[in-house]
Parts: sequence; C-alpha cells; structure tokens
Amino acid sequence: MTILLLALRRLAASLPTLLVILAGLFLLLQLAPGDTVDALMAQMGGGDPATAEELRRYYGLDLPAAAQLARYLWRLVQLDLGQSAIYGKPVATVIAERLPVTLLLMGASLTLAFAGGTLLGILAARRIGQWPDTLISTLGLMFYATPSFWFGLMGIVLFAIRLGWLPAGGFEEVGAGYMGLTRMLDIARHLVLPTLTLALVFLATYLRIMRASMLEVMSLDYVRTARAKGLGETGVIVRHALRNALLPMVTLVGLQAGTMLGGSVVVESVFALPGLGRLAYESVVQRDLNTLLGIVFVSALLVITVNFVVDLVYGRLDPRIAAGR
Amino acid sequence: MIIDRREALKRAGLLALGTAAWTPAALTRAVLAQGAAQAPRRGGVLTVQLNGEQRVLNPAIRASTGVYVITSKIVEPLVDLDQDGKPAGVLATSWEAAPDGKTVTFRLRQGVTWHDGKPFTSADVQYTAMELWKKYLNYGTQLQLYLEAVDTPDPHTAVFRYSRPMPLNLLLRALCDLGYVAPRHVFEGTNVLENPANTAPIGTGPFKFVSYERGQHVIAERNPSYWREGFPYLDRIVWRFIIDKAAASAALETGQVQLSTYNALALADLDRLKSDPRFTVSSKGLEANAFNNTLEFNTRRKELADVRVRRAIAHAIDVPFFIENFIYGLGKPATGPIPSSSTAFYPNNPAPYAFDPKKAAALLDEAGFKRGAGGTRFSLKLVPIMNGEDVPLLATFIQQSLQAVGIKVDIVNLDTAGALSTVYRDWNFDLATGWHQYRGDPAVSTTVWYRSGSPKGAPWTNQYGWQSDLVDRLTDEAASELDPEKRKALYAQWVKAVNDEIPVWMMTERTFLSATSKRVHGDHNTPRWGSGDWHDAWIEA
Repeated sequence: MTILLLALRRLAASLPTLLVILAGLFLLLQLAPGDTVDALMAQMGGGDPATAEELRRYYGLDLPAAAQLARYLWRLVQLDLGQSAIYGKPVATVIAERLPVTLLLMGASLTLAFAGGTLLGILAARRIGQWPDTLISTLGLMFYATPSFWFGLMGIVLFAIRLGWLPAGGFEEVGAGYMGLTRMLDIARHLVLPTLTLALVFLATYLRIMRASMLEVMSLDYVRTARAKGLGETGVIVRHALRNALLPMVTLVGLQAGTMLGGSVVVESVFALPGLGRLAYESVVQRDLNTLLGIVFVSALLVITVNFVVDLVYGRLDPRIAAGR
Repeated sequence: MIIDRREALKRAGLLALGTAAWTPAALTRAVLAQGAAQAPRRGGVLTVQLNGEQRVLNPAIRASTGVYVITSKIVEPLVDLDQDGKPAGVLATSWEAAPDGKTVTFRLRQGVTWHDGKPFTSADVQYTAMELWKKYLNYGTQLQLYLEAVDTPDPHTAVFRYSRPMPLNLLLRALCDLGYVAPRHVFEGTNVLENPANTAPIGTGPFKFVSYERGQHVIAERNPSYWREGFPYLDRIVWRFIIDKAAASAALETGQVQLSTYNALALADLDRLKSDPRFTVSSKGLEANAFNNTLEFNTRRKELADVRVRRAIAHAIDVPFFIENFIYGLGKPATGPIPSSSTAFYPNNPAPYAFDPKKAAALLDEAGFKRGAGGTRFSLKLVPIMNGEDVPLLATFIQQSLQAVGIKVDIVNLDTAGALSTVYRDWNFDLATGWHQYRGDPAVSTTVWYRSGSPKGAPWTNQYGWQSDLVDRLTDEAASELDPEKRKALYAQWVKAVNDEIPVWMMTERTFLSATSKRVHGDHNTPRWGSGDWHDAWIEA
C-alpha cells in the first residue's frame, strides 16, 4: 500500500515536468522549418498546391499554433494521443506496435551490460594492476570509444555475410509463419547482434564504474573486519562488498534506461528493427508532431517507472536509504 | 551483316553450334530452345528491399514510385507501358478520342473482379476519376483539372468529358502513373483519406494484399482468380523496409532480399555490386522515370535577375567531371528538362552550356560584377534539397566551382521538409539544388517548373520570381495541342526558350538503378517495370 502511495506521489511530482517537456517540444518543432505536409510532399515526389491545401486542412495544420497545442493537451487529458499523420492510425496503436521490440532490445542489452559490467568490474578490481585488469580496462576503453553503428556493421560483415551464422537484420524471418518456441528462437537469433552492439558501449561504462566502486568499498573498515573474521575472498566480495558497490551501478541503470530508448536509433537503423528510436527519428524528419509527442510521453512514463523501481531497489540494497524516507 | 549475326549468336550463348545454325530460322529455333531451358517456374517468394516507407498504399490518391513499387502489383491502372514504351491497355482494352479532343472513350476489360469478389465496372472508373484523381491525387488534380464528368453508358465503357481539349498521348502517358483504379464500393460514402483500404489495398491485380507491419514489411500473395490466365508465377512478394543503406546491401548479399530498385542502395554499393556475378545492376526497366540534378535560381536577387550571371554560373561548373567522379559515371549532362529517353518529345538538341570558366568570368565582368576585395564578386546562399545522397556532394562541388570564378557560396543544410519550405514557401534562397523528376509527358510535372502563376509554397514549381510570356504561351498551347507532331514541335521551342533563360538549369540526366539477383527472371522487361505488375516475373528455386 505504501508503495502504491509512493508511486502516485512520484507520478504527481513528475506531471509538471512532463507538461513542460511536451509543451517545449511542441514549440521547438514549430520553430523547425516545414511541416508534415512538406515532408509528405517530399516523399510523394511532389504535388500540386490543391493537394497540399487539402492535406493541411485534414491534419489541422491550418489552425494557429496555440490552438493546436491547446487541442493536443486537451486530448492528452482524455488519454487520447491523437492520430499519427504519417501512419494514418491512432498514435497509441503505432507506439504499441513498436514498444515490444524496443523493450525487448533494451531489456536484453541492459541486462547483458549490467551483468557483464558487474562481473568484469569485480574481476578487474580484484586483479588491480595485473594483466586481467589491464586487459579488461583496455577492452572497456575500446568499446567505449568505438561508435556503436561501426560495431553493428562489422558484426554484420563478419557473422552475417562472411560466416553466415546470423541474419543480417530484421526482427524475425518475414513470412516464415513460425509459431511458439520456433518463433521465439528465430527472434532471439535476430536479436543477438543488435543486443551485443547496443550492450557493448554500456558495458564499458558499467565495468569502469563497478571497478572504481569495488576498489573503494574494498578499502573500507567493514571489509577489513570481514576479512579479520576469517572469511574467504569470495565470501567477502559476494556477501559484504557487492551490495554496497552496486549502489552507483543501480543509479546508472536508472539514468541510462532513458538514454537507451533514444540511443537505439542507430542500432535499430543498422539492423532494420522496427523500434521506438527509429519511429521517433522518422517522426522528426516527417514533422509528425502527434507521434513524436506520443513517444516522448511514453518514454517519460517509462523513465519515471524505471527510476521508481531504482528507488525501491536502493531500499533493498541499503536499508538506511529506506529508513530515511 | 555477318558480324551482326555472330553478335546475336554470341549473345544467345550458342557460338558452339557452329555454321549449321547460320540461318535465321535455325537461329530462332535455337533461341527458343534456350528460352525453354529457362522455363518460368511457378511458386517462390520474391523479397524486395525499400529504403523508405510510404505508409499510404493507395496509388489512386498518392502518386510516387515508392507507392507504385508496392501497390502496382495489387491495384491496376487503365493503361501501362509495353516493352516498346507504348501505352498498352490493362484495365482498359481500347480507347478513342473525339476529333475536338474533349471526349475520350475507354472500353474496359470484361470479367475482371476485385479481390473481394465484386465485379469491376465503369462505375469504379467514374468514381475513382471524379472523387480520387481529381480531388486527392498529387499531379492528378492538375491533369484532371478540366475533367467535367465521366459518363458510363454501359458497365464496360467510360467516357471522359473535358471542358478543354485533352491530347490523347498526354492522357495515356499520364494515366500509366495517374490512372490506378480503386473500388467504388469500398470508398464511396467514406472519408477518403481515412479509409482503411488506403493501407490495406483492394485491387484487381495479380497479387492480393496480405499484411502491412509498420516499419517492417508488406506482404502480398498470388491472386488465384487473376484475369491473365496462368499468371502470376510468384506465390508471394515481400517488401522489406531497410532504411540503412549498409544494412540494405548486406541483406542483398546474404540473399535475404533479391531486388532493390529506384536507387534504394548507396551509389558506392551499386557500383561495387556491378562486378558481383550474383547480381545485375542496371537502369533497364526504369527508363520511364528519368531525373535531373537541378540548379535553381532565385531571380529576385539582383545579380541572378541578369541572365548573363545565370549563364556564367552554368559555364563555371564542369558537369561531366561531377558525373565521372562523384556519381560513378551514372548519368550524362542534360540537354534540357525533357530527357533523351522521352523519345516522343526529346528535341535532340546539344547540351546548352559547356564548361568554360573563361567565358563565365567574361560574362560576369560584362554584367558588371567585377572581382572585389579578395577576388570575390558577390556571395550567394545555396540550399540543397536532399532528394538523394548525391545532392550534398553536388552542393559542395557547386560551391568550389563558383569560388573559382569569384562567387562565394554559403551552403545552408536543412532536412527535406525544412529545405522545401525554405525554398518554395519562404523564397529564402539564392540558389537551390535538388532533383527534377520527369513523368512520361512534359505536361505532367515538368512545365510547372517554368510556367508562371504557381501559388506560393507549391514545391517543385516556378517559385523563382521569373516569368516569360513566351514560355507561358508555349506551355499552354502544348498542353492542349491534339496533334502529336505539333506538340513535339511546340516542346522543342519550349526547351530552347527555357534553356536560353535558365531560371532552372538541368545539370545531369539520370535514370534510377536496380540491383537484382540473377535468380530473378522475367524482370525489367518494360520501361516502367519497377512500377509494373510483375505478373510474369519468376524466381529460380
């Protein structure tokens, strides 16, 4: 019950932020030259003014900007995200089609990056200054410094074109009609490369944070106490040091959940995945205001949720934080 | 003669047969035999890569190669081009125009049914022409501006009545693109723009729409009751949206897709795949859609109002060098707005402005714009309109070329929507560069680039503050001239007039390219194949 209350309080506190973001974005897009109809005309390869006029009226672009914003916010209050100009369907449907792909990709790479980063970070911290540390740190730096699209393309060249082990792109085999487990395996095969690509950059960050955090915690008094009790090295790390060392990692996950939504535009494009990132990019290029605002709205909700979960996890990891609430 | 025959034999791969085959009849037999070895296979799936998603899949309200490449397999037009580029009936079987050019009568194909089982009749043609082409279809609204009514004396006759003479050859060529027929019973009484059939098309074509997953793919399958008996060969066509060009060529090379058309791949990849034995890279089958790289002048600028300055700029840019070094030689210098592939209208004139920087400098001096401090005469703002990857390259090439003759150019980079409104609505440019697309007849989408009186904001029309009585008169006369020979002569005069004045300079003449797996056959056999119905295309097992 308290959790529910807390959740509601959090949501209420983020409402003004959400409003500012949506209104700001709306105004920002008004400043961009050109509108949906210009973009549509570009895509059609041109047309006569009568068609453009007709389309502007249809999309409500003939109204002044203030009226458009008011209309949008009023619809939003009624939980209606409006109609997508470029897809000709409700924005909610368009987003719902894309959300699973993004969540799957994001969840998988975040998990991989988090697990891998934690493990490698601990390993590096334990062997500080020795070759495993040097190797891991160098690799981490390389992952961090390399643009993810390059990783993706090289992955395609090696694993899809040269070796032929994995598909070059797409979310699943089109028109193969797989069902159940076969379909799951097929999707998993398609997601191996994009997940790795997306995860590597984040893994580098995690492993560096984990290494630093671990080193710091390992020098604290209570760790010395634990060692003095006669606990083995593994026992000290898993039972005592890890919990505290994880706190900065959890903070980072909360922060990066948001970036990952946007950061996947590149990976989604390279691997031809139908995710939210690409949808957002396309709606900017196409000046599809409703869709873009809808995505921002959903992303904001997602970030709020993730951060809420992060707060709960804090409490689990370190009871002192929960007590101060 | 003997060399010709040897050449023909070599092409047929039959040189080994030796002298015994050196009679025309034997040659024909041999060619037929080879054809039989390549007998079409029924079945199989053709997967096509697209680099943009059009979202509206109704060619009766959206005219664009991106729409046709999908929907022309599902929905059919009244006429299409045959192998020789002549209009041939599809849903229409014959046509005739009245001597005054104000009525055109189409006889329609009998026994054709829509994919939902209802019969196709003249009522469908009447409704589509009056309610979709005339009201919503881009370029269609212009073409059918003077269409007053479509009469339907019987279910298989549609009579188009115009208030001004309509040249039959203009109408037929335009209808290949702007003549797709939609089912009346699906659209009538609904809001046309919101009709679900816009994204789940119902047509009469060889393939039936199955599904459209946004951002992923469109699937269509064989129509078992297609009116061309025994067709189509393919079981299914899958169109995949792969936007990233590197990913697209990877999909082609791994065999995930077998066809990429209308320049959906990077020019560098097309150039590379040319020498790959698994693929054919060619513009054959796409000749009907020629395009030009343009240089557009805002003649409201006092320097550009002087035709000598515009000519000087044209003389200052080495177009053959650009074609050779920037776009892999895939094009040639244009001779005007009508491309050489449009044989019915091409005036066969030489390219008007050869590369000659000395002449350019002399013209600029003569116009009174001498080099000032630092050798600069004046500076101009260039807005590239991103129709393709070559546009930004050309923009920098123009910048460097004009620098050499003392004109400083600042490039303003915007995305497509931004560039269109900046150039065509706000007129906030001095120079602009993009693509002009030619659509079968100059009156469809070419003369609007030069004719005055286009409302402010209409993209790809004369927004240059330029007007010529001669050009306006020739444009209007040619658009309603019924005699094909006289029309051709009028357009020759028109080309000369716009080349002289160059408010827009057509720099290159190019055609689109396809990359096709050699497993695909019966492909690219008409000049408009990319937008054709693919009923006779098939794929090796």
